[in-house]
Amino acid sequence: MPHWMERLDRRWIFLVMGLLVLLPLLFPLALPLVVSPRVQGFHDTVAKIPDGSTVLMSCDYDPGAIPELVPMTQTALRQLFDKNCKVVVTCLWNGGPGLVDNVVRSIAAEKGKQDGVDFVDLGFKEGREAVMVVMGQGIANAFPRDYQGKDTRSLPIMKTVRDYSSFPLLVSISAGYPGTKEWVQQVQARFHITMVAGVTAVSAPEYYPYLQSGQLQGLLGGMAGAAEYEKVRNEKGSATRGMDAQSMAHVFVAFCILAGNWVQWSKRKKEKA
Amino acid sequence: MKREIPLFITAVVGILMILSFFVPHQAVSVPADFLQQCAIIVVAFGYVLGGANVLKLNADAISKRQSGWIYKIVLVVSLIATVVFGLMDGEGFLNPGKTSKWIYDQLYSPMQATMFSLLAFYIASAAFRAFRIRTVEAGLLAVAALIVMLGRVPLGALATGWMPPAIQLPTIQDWIMEWPQNAAKRAILIGAALGVMATGLRVILGIERSYLSGED
Repeated sequence: MPHWMERLDRRWIFLVMGLLVLLPLLFPLALPLVVSPRVQGFHDTVAKIPDGSTVLMSCDYDPGAIPELVPMTQTALRQLFDKNCKVVVTCLWNGGPGLVDNVVRSIAAEKGKQDGVDFVDLGFKEGREAVMVVMGQGIANAFPRDYQGKDTRSLPIMKTVRDYSSFPLLVSISAGYPGTKEWVQQVQARFHITMVAGVTAVSAPEYYPYLQSGQLQGLLGGMAGAAEYEKVRNEKGSATRGMDAQSMAHVFVAFCILAGNWVQWSKRKKEKA
Repeated sequence: MKREIPLFITAVVGILMILSFFVPHQAVSVPADFLQQCAIIVVAFGYVLGGANVLKLNADAISKRQSGWIYKIVLVVSLIATVVFGLMDGEGFLNPGKTSKWIYDQLYSPMQATMFSLLAFYIASAAFRAFRIRTVEAGLLAVAALIVMLGRVPLGALATGWMPPAIQLPTIQDWIMEWPQNAAKRAILIGAALGVMATGLRVILGIERSYLSGED
Protein backbone atom coordinates (compact mmCIF):
# COMPACT_ATOMS: atom_id res chain seq x y z
CA MET A 1 0.00 0.00 0.00
CA PRO A 2 1.45 3.38 -0.91
CA HIS A 3 2.43 5.30 2.21
CA TRP A 4 0.95 8.56 0.93
CA MET A 5 -2.58 7.14 0.76
CA GLU A 6 -2.71 6.63 4.51
CA ARG A 7 -2.02 10.29 5.12
CA LEU A 8 -3.80 11.68 2.11
CA ASP A 9 -4.80 15.30 2.65
CA ARG A 10 -8.50 15.58 1.86
CA ARG A 11 -7.84 18.70 -0.18
CA TRP A 12 -6.41 16.40 -2.90
CA ILE A 13 -9.75 14.61 -2.96
CA PHE A 14 -11.51 17.98 -3.27
CA LEU A 15 -9.18 18.97 -6.12
CA VAL A 16 -9.71 15.75 -8.08
CA MET A 17 -13.49 15.98 -7.55
CA GLY A 18 -13.47 19.60 -8.72
CA LEU A 19 -11.54 18.73 -11.87
CA LEU A 20 -13.70 15.69 -12.63
CA VAL A 21 -16.81 17.88 -12.46
CA LEU A 22 -15.32 20.87 -14.27
CA LEU A 23 -13.56 19.18 -17.20
CA PRO A 24 -16.58 17.28 -18.62
CA LEU A 25 -18.58 20.52 -18.43
CA LEU A 26 -15.90 22.29 -20.48
CA PHE A 27 -15.22 19.35 -22.81
CA PRO A 28 -18.43 17.27 -23.07
CA LEU A 29 -18.03 13.51 -23.51
CA ALA A 30 -21.56 13.06 -24.92
CA LEU A 31 -22.09 9.76 -23.10
CA PRO A 32 -25.15 7.86 -24.37
CA LEU A 33 -28.33 8.04 -22.27
CA VAL A 34 -30.86 5.23 -21.85
CA VAL A 35 -34.45 6.33 -21.14
CA SER A 36 -36.01 4.48 -18.20
CA PRO A 37 -39.72 3.47 -18.11
CA ARG A 38 -40.28 5.93 -15.25
CA VAL A 39 -39.15 8.87 -17.39
CA GLN A 40 -41.03 7.60 -20.42
CA GLY A 41 -44.11 7.35 -18.17
CA PHE A 42 -43.72 10.99 -17.14
CA HIS A 43 -43.45 12.11 -20.77
CA ASP A 44 -46.31 9.93 -22.01
CA THR A 45 -48.65 11.02 -19.22
CA VAL A 46 -48.10 14.68 -20.11
CA ALA A 47 -48.48 13.83 -23.80
CA LYS A 48 -51.83 12.09 -23.15
CA ILE A 49 -53.67 15.04 -21.58
CA PRO A 50 -55.89 16.97 -24.01
CA ASP A 51 -54.24 19.91 -25.77
CA GLY A 52 -55.17 23.24 -24.22
CA SER A 53 -55.89 21.79 -20.75
CA THR A 54 -55.03 23.69 -17.59
CA VAL A 55 -52.35 21.92 -15.56
CA LEU A 56 -51.30 22.44 -11.95
CA MET A 57 -47.55 22.48 -11.43
CA SER A 58 -46.10 22.71 -7.95
CA CYS A 59 -42.41 23.60 -7.84
CA ASP A 60 -41.40 22.88 -4.26
CA TYR A 61 -37.69 23.53 -4.11
CA ASP A 62 -35.11 26.22 -3.51
CA PRO A 63 -31.77 27.20 -5.09
CA GLY A 64 -29.99 24.20 -3.56
CA ALA A 65 -31.74 21.97 -6.08
CA ILE A 66 -31.11 24.09 -9.21
CA PRO A 67 -28.92 21.59 -11.14
CA GLU A 68 -31.36 18.72 -10.65
CA LEU A 69 -34.81 20.29 -10.65
CA VAL A 70 -34.62 23.40 -12.82
CA PRO A 71 -33.80 21.44 -16.03
CA MET A 72 -36.78 19.12 -15.53
CA THR A 73 -39.05 22.08 -14.71
CA GLN A 74 -37.96 23.76 -17.93
CA THR A 75 -38.50 20.65 -20.05
CA ALA A 76 -41.91 19.96 -18.49
CA LEU A 77 -42.99 23.57 -19.10
CA ARG A 78 -41.82 23.35 -22.73
CA GLN A 79 -43.80 20.14 -23.25
CA LEU A 80 -46.92 21.67 -21.67
CA PHE A 81 -46.65 24.95 -23.59
CA ASP A 82 -46.07 23.04 -26.84
CA LYS A 83 -49.44 21.37 -26.20
CA ASN A 84 -50.94 24.84 -25.65
CA CYS A 85 -51.67 23.87 -22.08
CA LYS A 86 -52.22 26.60 -19.51
CA VAL A 87 -50.06 26.22 -16.42
CA VAL A 88 -50.90 27.23 -12.85
CA VAL A 89 -47.68 27.27 -10.81
CA THR A 90 -47.40 27.16 -7.02
CA CYS A 91 -44.50 26.91 -4.58
CA LEU A 92 -44.61 25.64 -1.00
CA TRP A 93 -40.95 26.26 -0.18
CA ASN A 94 -40.18 29.69 1.23
CA GLY A 95 -36.79 29.88 -0.49
CA GLY A 96 -38.13 28.96 -3.92
CA PRO A 97 -40.65 31.45 -5.34
CA GLY A 98 -38.09 33.86 -6.83
CA LEU A 99 -36.25 31.06 -8.56
CA VAL A 100 -39.42 29.35 -9.78
CA ASP A 101 -40.77 32.65 -11.11
CA ASN A 102 -37.56 33.23 -13.09
CA VAL A 103 -37.74 29.73 -14.59
CA VAL A 104 -41.44 29.95 -15.51
CA ARG A 105 -41.09 33.41 -17.06
CA SER A 106 -38.00 32.48 -19.10
CA ILE A 107 -39.73 29.44 -20.65
CA ALA A 108 -42.98 31.38 -21.14
CA ALA A 109 -41.03 34.13 -22.96
CA GLU A 110 -39.28 31.50 -25.09
CA LYS A 111 -42.65 30.04 -26.11
CA GLY A 112 -44.39 33.40 -26.44
CA LYS A 113 -46.85 32.77 -23.61
CA GLN A 114 -48.68 35.53 -21.78
CA ASP A 115 -48.78 36.02 -18.01
CA GLY A 116 -52.27 35.63 -16.59
CA VAL A 117 -53.60 34.12 -19.82
CA ASP A 118 -51.38 31.12 -20.62
CA PHE A 119 -49.74 30.76 -17.23
CA VAL A 120 -49.88 32.16 -13.73
CA ASP A 121 -47.32 31.97 -10.96
CA LEU A 122 -49.28 31.97 -7.71
CA GLY A 123 -46.09 32.24 -5.68
CA PHE A 124 -45.48 30.96 -2.17
CA LYS A 125 -47.94 30.17 0.57
CA GLU A 126 -46.94 28.96 4.05
CA GLY A 127 -48.94 26.14 5.58
CA ARG A 128 -47.55 23.07 3.83
CA GLU A 129 -50.17 20.27 3.75
CA ALA A 130 -52.85 22.67 4.99
CA VAL A 131 -52.38 24.75 1.80
CA MET A 132 -52.83 21.61 -0.33
CA VAL A 133 -56.09 20.81 1.45
CA VAL A 134 -57.35 24.41 1.26
CA MET A 135 -56.63 24.41 -2.48
CA GLY A 136 -59.17 21.60 -2.67
CA GLN A 137 -61.84 24.09 -1.59
CA GLY A 138 -60.75 26.53 -4.28
CA ILE A 139 -57.40 27.47 -5.74
CA ALA A 140 -58.16 31.18 -5.37
CA ASN A 141 -59.11 30.62 -1.70
CA ALA A 142 -55.59 29.47 -0.95
CA PHE A 143 -53.92 31.98 -3.30
CA PRO A 144 -56.09 35.15 -3.44
CA ARG A 145 -53.18 37.01 -5.10
CA ASP A 146 -50.54 35.81 -7.54
CA TYR A 147 -46.79 36.23 -7.15
CA GLN A 148 -46.93 39.76 -8.54
CA GLY A 149 -49.77 40.78 -6.26
CA LYS A 150 -52.58 40.67 -8.85
CA ASP A 151 -56.03 39.53 -7.81
CA THR A 152 -56.08 35.85 -8.79
CA ARG A 153 -59.82 35.77 -9.53
CA SER A 154 -59.45 38.57 -12.08
CA LEU A 155 -56.94 36.64 -14.25
CA PRO A 156 -58.29 35.14 -17.51
CA ILE A 157 -56.53 31.81 -16.86
CA MET A 158 -58.40 31.43 -13.56
CA LYS A 159 -61.84 31.76 -15.17
CA THR A 160 -61.91 28.02 -15.79
CA VAL A 161 -60.04 27.04 -12.63
CA ARG A 162 -62.07 26.19 -9.54
CA ASP A 163 -60.36 23.45 -7.55
CA TYR A 164 -58.44 20.24 -8.25
CA SER A 165 -61.23 18.97 -10.49
CA SER A 166 -60.20 21.69 -12.98
CA PHE A 167 -56.87 20.00 -13.61
CA PRO A 168 -56.40 16.80 -15.62
CA LEU A 169 -52.82 16.59 -14.35
CA LEU A 170 -50.72 17.57 -11.36
CA VAL A 171 -46.98 17.93 -11.93
CA SER A 172 -44.98 17.98 -8.71
CA ILE A 173 -41.33 18.96 -8.88
CA SER A 174 -39.94 18.74 -5.38
CA ALA A 175 -36.77 18.58 -3.34
CA GLY A 176 -38.26 17.21 -0.10
CA TYR A 177 -40.82 18.28 2.49
CA PRO A 178 -43.37 19.56 1.65
CA GLY A 179 -43.35 18.01 -1.78
CA THR A 180 -44.31 15.01 -3.87
CA LYS A 181 -45.02 12.72 -0.90
CA GLU A 182 -47.44 15.23 0.61
CA TRP A 183 -49.09 15.91 -2.77
CA VAL A 184 -49.68 12.17 -3.14
CA GLN A 185 -51.01 11.76 0.39
CA GLN A 186 -53.12 14.90 0.62
CA VAL A 187 -54.23 15.47 -2.97
CA GLN A 188 -53.77 12.45 -5.23
CA ALA A 189 -55.23 10.01 -2.71
CA ARG A 190 -58.10 12.36 -1.83
CA PHE A 191 -59.03 13.98 -5.14
CA HIS A 192 -57.85 11.17 -7.47
CA ILE A 193 -55.97 13.51 -9.78
CA THR A 194 -53.47 12.07 -12.29
CA MET A 195 -50.01 12.89 -11.07
CA VAL A 196 -46.38 12.81 -12.22
CA ALA A 197 -43.33 13.92 -10.26
CA GLY A 198 -39.76 15.10 -10.62
CA VAL A 199 -37.57 14.81 -7.54
CA THR A 200 -33.95 14.99 -6.40
CA ALA A 201 -31.89 11.82 -6.88
CA VAL A 202 -31.35 11.40 -3.16
CA SER A 203 -35.08 11.36 -2.44
CA ALA A 204 -36.17 9.35 -5.51
CA PRO A 205 -36.23 5.92 -3.75
CA GLU A 206 -38.91 7.30 -1.43
CA TYR A 207 -41.37 7.58 -4.32
CA TYR A 208 -40.96 4.15 -5.89
CA PRO A 209 -43.84 2.68 -3.82
CA TYR A 210 -46.17 5.39 -5.17
CA LEU A 211 -44.98 4.64 -8.69
CA GLN A 212 -45.63 0.94 -8.27
CA SER A 213 -49.08 1.57 -6.79
CA GLY A 214 -49.99 3.73 -9.79
CA GLN A 215 -50.44 6.89 -7.72
CA LEU A 216 -47.57 8.38 -9.71
CA GLN A 217 -47.66 7.83 -13.46
CA GLY A 218 -44.07 8.87 -14.01
CA LEU A 219 -41.00 9.87 -12.05
CA LEU A 220 -37.92 11.91 -12.93
CA GLY A 221 -35.13 11.11 -10.47
CA GLY A 222 -32.46 13.78 -10.20
CA MET A 223 -30.28 15.05 -13.00
CA ALA A 224 -30.29 11.61 -14.68
CA GLY A 225 -34.09 11.71 -14.88
CA ALA A 226 -34.00 15.26 -16.21
CA ALA A 227 -31.39 14.31 -18.84
CA GLU A 228 -33.44 11.29 -19.96
CA TYR A 229 -36.51 13.52 -20.21
CA GLU A 230 -34.53 15.94 -22.37
CA LYS A 231 -33.53 13.01 -24.57
CA VAL A 232 -37.17 11.91 -25.00
CA ARG A 233 -38.01 15.50 -25.97
CA ASN A 234 -34.96 15.81 -28.27
CA GLU A 235 -33.63 18.70 -26.23
CA LYS A 236 -30.03 19.33 -25.21
CA GLY A 237 -30.36 21.13 -21.91
CA SER A 238 -28.19 21.60 -18.86
CA ALA A 239 -29.11 18.16 -17.45
CA THR A 240 -27.73 16.39 -20.52
CA ARG A 241 -24.54 18.44 -20.27
CA GLY A 242 -24.33 17.78 -16.53
CA MET A 243 -24.61 14.00 -16.85
CA ASP A 244 -21.00 13.67 -18.05
CA ALA A 245 -19.82 15.50 -14.93
CA GLN A 246 -22.12 13.42 -12.73
CA SER A 247 -20.83 10.20 -14.32
CA MET A 248 -17.25 11.13 -13.50
CA ALA A 249 -18.19 12.20 -9.96
CA HIS A 250 -20.01 8.89 -9.32
CA VAL A 251 -17.03 6.88 -10.57
CA PHE A 252 -14.72 8.91 -8.33
CA VAL A 253 -16.92 8.38 -5.24
CA ALA A 254 -16.97 4.62 -6.02
CA PHE A 255 -13.19 4.72 -6.33
CA CYS A 256 -12.93 6.55 -2.98
CA ILE A 257 -15.02 3.87 -1.24
CA LEU A 258 -12.84 1.09 -2.63
CA ALA A 259 -9.55 2.93 -2.06
CA GLY A 260 -10.48 3.92 1.51
CA ASN A 261 -11.29 0.32 2.37
CA TRP A 262 -8.18 -0.97 0.67
CA VAL A 263 -6.07 1.41 2.76
CA GLN A 264 -7.75 0.24 5.97
CA TRP A 265 -7.55 -3.41 5.03
CA SER A 266 -3.82 -3.13 4.23
CA LYS A 267 -3.21 -1.25 7.47
CA ARG A 268 -4.95 -3.93 9.56
CA LYS A 269 -3.04 -6.67 7.75
CA LYS A 270 0.26 -4.90 8.47
CA GLU A 271 -0.65 -4.43 12.15
CA LYS A 272 -1.52 -8.11 12.51
CA ALA A 273 1.75 -9.13 10.87
CA MET B 1 -60.18 22.84 33.99
CA LYS B 2 -56.75 24.10 32.96
CA ARG B 3 -56.09 20.69 31.46
CA GLU B 4 -59.55 19.47 30.60
CA ILE B 5 -60.44 22.35 28.27
CA PRO B 6 -57.35 22.00 26.01
CA LEU B 7 -57.86 18.20 25.97
CA PHE B 8 -61.52 18.67 25.00
CA ILE B 9 -60.65 21.16 22.23
CA THR B 10 -57.95 18.80 20.89
CA ALA B 11 -60.35 15.85 20.86
CA VAL B 12 -63.16 17.78 19.13
CA VAL B 13 -60.88 19.35 16.51
CA GLY B 14 -59.07 16.06 15.89
CA ILE B 15 -62.29 14.09 15.39
CA LEU B 16 -63.73 16.85 13.18
CA MET B 17 -60.66 16.83 10.92
CA ILE B 18 -60.75 13.04 10.59
CA LEU B 19 -64.48 13.16 9.79
CA SER B 20 -63.91 15.85 7.15
CA PHE B 21 -61.80 13.38 5.20
CA PHE B 22 -64.76 10.99 4.88
CA VAL B 23 -67.88 13.17 5.27
CA PRO B 24 -68.41 15.86 2.60
CA HIS B 25 -71.53 17.28 4.37
CA GLN B 26 -71.42 21.04 5.02
CA ALA B 27 -71.89 20.56 8.76
CA VAL B 28 -68.45 18.97 8.83
CA SER B 29 -66.67 20.45 5.82
CA VAL B 30 -67.36 24.15 6.58
CA PRO B 31 -65.85 24.17 10.11
CA ALA B 32 -63.03 21.89 8.92
CA ASP B 33 -62.22 24.29 6.06
CA PHE B 34 -62.28 27.19 8.49
CA LEU B 35 -59.83 25.38 10.77
CA GLN B 36 -57.51 24.67 7.82
CA GLN B 37 -57.51 28.38 6.96
CA CYS B 38 -56.74 29.16 10.62
CA ALA B 39 -53.83 26.70 10.53
CA ILE B 40 -52.27 28.54 7.57
CA ILE B 41 -52.53 31.86 9.41
CA VAL B 42 -51.08 30.42 12.63
CA VAL B 43 -48.16 28.84 10.74
CA ALA B 44 -47.46 32.18 9.02
CA PHE B 45 -47.10 33.80 12.44
CA GLY B 46 -44.37 31.25 13.11
CA TYR B 47 -42.12 33.34 10.85
CA VAL B 48 -42.45 36.33 13.17
CA LEU B 49 -41.67 34.11 16.15
CA GLY B 50 -38.74 32.51 14.29
CA GLY B 51 -37.29 35.87 13.29
CA ALA B 52 -37.57 37.21 16.84
CA ASN B 53 -35.95 34.03 18.18
CA VAL B 54 -33.02 34.28 15.75
CA LEU B 55 -32.49 37.91 16.72
CA LYS B 56 -32.63 37.19 20.45
CA LEU B 57 -30.30 34.17 20.38
CA ASN B 58 -27.73 35.88 18.18
CA ALA B 59 -27.89 39.20 20.03
CA ASP B 60 -27.13 37.29 23.26
CA ALA B 61 -24.21 35.47 21.62
CA ILE B 62 -22.81 38.74 20.25
CA SER B 63 -23.10 40.57 23.56
CA LYS B 64 -21.28 37.68 25.34
CA ARG B 65 -18.62 37.50 22.58
CA GLN B 66 -19.23 33.77 22.11
CA SER B 67 -17.21 31.91 19.49
CA GLY B 68 -18.11 32.98 15.96
CA TRP B 69 -19.75 36.21 17.18
CA ILE B 70 -18.45 38.07 14.11
CA TYR B 71 -20.47 35.75 11.85
CA LYS B 72 -23.51 36.27 14.02
CA ILE B 73 -23.22 40.02 13.39
CA VAL B 74 -23.28 39.29 9.65
CA LEU B 75 -26.39 37.14 10.17
CA VAL B 76 -28.24 39.77 12.21
CA VAL B 77 -27.30 42.63 9.85
CA SER B 78 -28.35 40.55 6.82
CA LEU B 79 -31.66 39.62 8.46
CA ILE B 80 -32.49 43.21 9.38
CA ALA B 81 -31.36 44.60 6.00
CA THR B 82 -33.48 42.06 4.10
CA VAL B 83 -36.57 42.91 6.16
CA VAL B 84 -35.97 46.67 5.86
CA PHE B 85 -35.47 46.52 2.07
CA GLY B 86 -38.57 44.32 1.80
CA LEU B 87 -40.63 46.90 3.72
CA MET B 88 -39.21 49.74 1.63
CA ASP B 89 -40.04 47.91 -1.61
CA GLY B 90 -43.60 47.40 -0.40
CA GLU B 91 -46.18 45.46 -2.41
CA GLY B 92 -44.65 43.47 -5.24
CA PHE B 93 -41.30 43.48 -3.43
CA LEU B 94 -40.15 40.47 -5.48
CA ASN B 95 -40.93 42.01 -8.86
CA PRO B 96 -38.01 42.64 -11.26
CA GLY B 97 -36.07 45.82 -10.49
CA LYS B 98 -36.77 45.74 -6.74
CA THR B 99 -33.94 45.52 -4.21
CA SER B 100 -35.44 42.43 -2.59
CA LYS B 101 -35.43 40.67 -5.95
CA TRP B 102 -31.77 41.63 -6.39
CA ILE B 103 -30.94 40.27 -2.92
CA TYR B 104 -32.69 37.00 -3.78
CA ASP B 105 -31.14 36.56 -7.24
CA GLN B 106 -27.62 37.82 -6.52
CA LEU B 107 -27.01 36.81 -2.89
CA TYR B 108 -29.43 34.25 -1.50
CA SER B 109 -29.72 32.05 -4.59
CA PRO B 110 -25.98 31.68 -5.40
CA MET B 111 -25.05 31.25 -1.73
CA GLN B 112 -27.53 28.47 -1.18
CA ALA B 113 -26.58 26.73 -4.43
CA THR B 114 -22.93 26.95 -3.36
CA MET B 115 -23.65 25.38 0.03
CA PHE B 116 -25.42 22.46 -1.62
CA SER B 117 -22.72 21.95 -4.25
CA LEU B 118 -20.10 21.55 -1.51
CA LEU B 119 -21.77 18.22 -0.73
CA ALA B 120 -20.04 16.60 -3.71
CA PHE B 121 -16.65 17.28 -2.13
CA TYR B 122 -17.63 16.13 1.34
CA ILE B 123 -19.28 12.96 0.02
CA ALA B 124 -16.07 12.01 -1.82
CA SER B 125 -13.97 12.73 1.27
CA ALA B 126 -16.38 10.79 3.53
CA ALA B 127 -16.42 7.88 1.08
CA PHE B 128 -12.64 7.64 1.38
CA ARG B 129 -12.41 8.10 5.14
CA ALA B 130 -15.63 6.85 6.72
CA PHE B 131 -17.28 4.16 4.56
CA ARG B 132 -15.68 1.12 6.22
CA ILE B 133 -16.64 -2.43 5.23
CA ARG B 134 -16.18 -4.38 8.44
CA THR B 135 -19.18 -6.72 8.42
CA VAL B 136 -21.08 -8.78 5.85
CA GLU B 137 -24.01 -6.32 6.07
CA ALA B 138 -21.70 -3.38 5.41
CA GLY B 139 -20.25 -5.33 2.48
CA LEU B 140 -23.72 -5.89 1.01
CA LEU B 141 -24.51 -2.21 1.47
CA ALA B 142 -21.28 -1.21 -0.26
CA VAL B 143 -21.88 -3.56 -3.20
CA ALA B 144 -25.46 -2.27 -3.61
CA ALA B 145 -24.24 1.33 -3.32
CA LEU B 146 -21.54 0.82 -5.95
CA ILE B 147 -23.95 -0.87 -8.37
CA VAL B 148 -26.64 1.82 -7.95
CA MET B 149 -24.12 4.65 -8.15
CA LEU B 150 -22.51 3.38 -11.33
CA GLY B 151 -25.72 1.97 -12.84
CA ARG B 152 -27.49 5.32 -12.56
CA VAL B 153 -25.04 7.15 -14.84
CA PRO B 154 -24.31 6.72 -18.57
CA LEU B 155 -20.73 5.63 -17.86
CA GLY B 156 -22.02 2.52 -16.06
CA ALA B 157 -24.21 1.61 -19.03
CA LEU B 158 -21.32 2.21 -21.40
CA ALA B 159 -18.86 0.13 -19.35
CA THR B 160 -21.14 -2.93 -19.25
CA GLY B 161 -22.85 -2.42 -22.61
CA TRP B 162 -21.02 -5.41 -24.11
CA MET B 163 -22.48 -7.82 -21.49
CA PRO B 164 -25.82 -9.65 -21.82
CA PRO B 165 -28.63 -7.19 -20.88
CA ALA B 166 -29.58 -9.14 -17.72
CA ILE B 167 -26.23 -8.51 -16.07
CA GLN B 168 -25.59 -4.98 -17.24
CA LEU B 169 -25.19 -2.43 -14.44
CA PRO B 170 -28.37 -0.41 -15.24
CA THR B 171 -30.45 -3.63 -15.22
CA ILE B 172 -29.11 -4.77 -11.85
CA GLN B 173 -29.46 -1.24 -10.51
CA ASP B 174 -33.09 -1.15 -11.62
CA TRP B 175 -33.75 -4.51 -9.97
CA ILE B 176 -32.25 -3.30 -6.66
CA MET B 177 -34.34 -0.13 -6.76
CA GLU B 178 -37.56 -1.84 -7.86
CA TRP B 179 -37.53 -4.80 -5.48
CA PRO B 180 -35.34 -4.88 -2.33
CA GLN B 181 -35.27 -1.10 -1.98
CA ASN B 182 -38.96 -0.72 -2.74
CA ALA B 183 -39.94 -3.48 -0.29
CA ALA B 184 -37.90 -1.89 2.50
CA LYS B 185 -39.23 1.58 1.69
CA ARG B 186 -42.82 0.36 1.68
CA ALA B 187 -42.33 -1.35 5.04
CA ILE B 188 -40.91 1.89 6.49
CA LEU B 189 -43.80 3.91 5.02
CA ILE B 190 -46.44 1.56 6.44
CA GLY B 191 -44.69 1.46 9.82
CA ALA B 192 -44.42 5.25 9.94
CA ALA B 193 -48.08 5.65 8.91
CA LEU B 194 -49.21 3.27 11.65
CA GLY B 195 -47.06 5.18 14.13
CA VAL B 196 -48.57 8.51 13.07
CA MET B 197 -52.10 7.07 13.37
CA ALA B 198 -51.37 5.64 16.82
CA THR B 199 -49.85 8.93 18.03
CA GLY B 200 -52.76 10.89 16.56
CA LEU B 201 -55.29 8.69 18.34
CA ARG B 202 -53.36 8.97 21.60
CA VAL B 203 -53.44 12.78 21.32
CA ILE B 204 -57.15 12.88 20.40
CA LEU B 205 -58.09 10.50 23.22
CA GLY B 206 -56.02 12.48 25.72
CA ILE B 207 -53.57 9.65 26.47
CA GLU B 208 -50.61 11.56 25.04
CA ARG B 209 -50.41 14.86 26.92
CA SER B 210 -46.77 15.88 26.50
CA TYR B 211 -47.81 18.81 24.26
CA LEU B 212 -49.64 20.40 27.19
CA SER B 213 -46.83 20.90 29.68
CA GLY B 214 -44.19 18.31 29.07
CA GLU B 215 -45.81 15.54 31.11
CA ASP B 216 -46.47 12.12 29.53
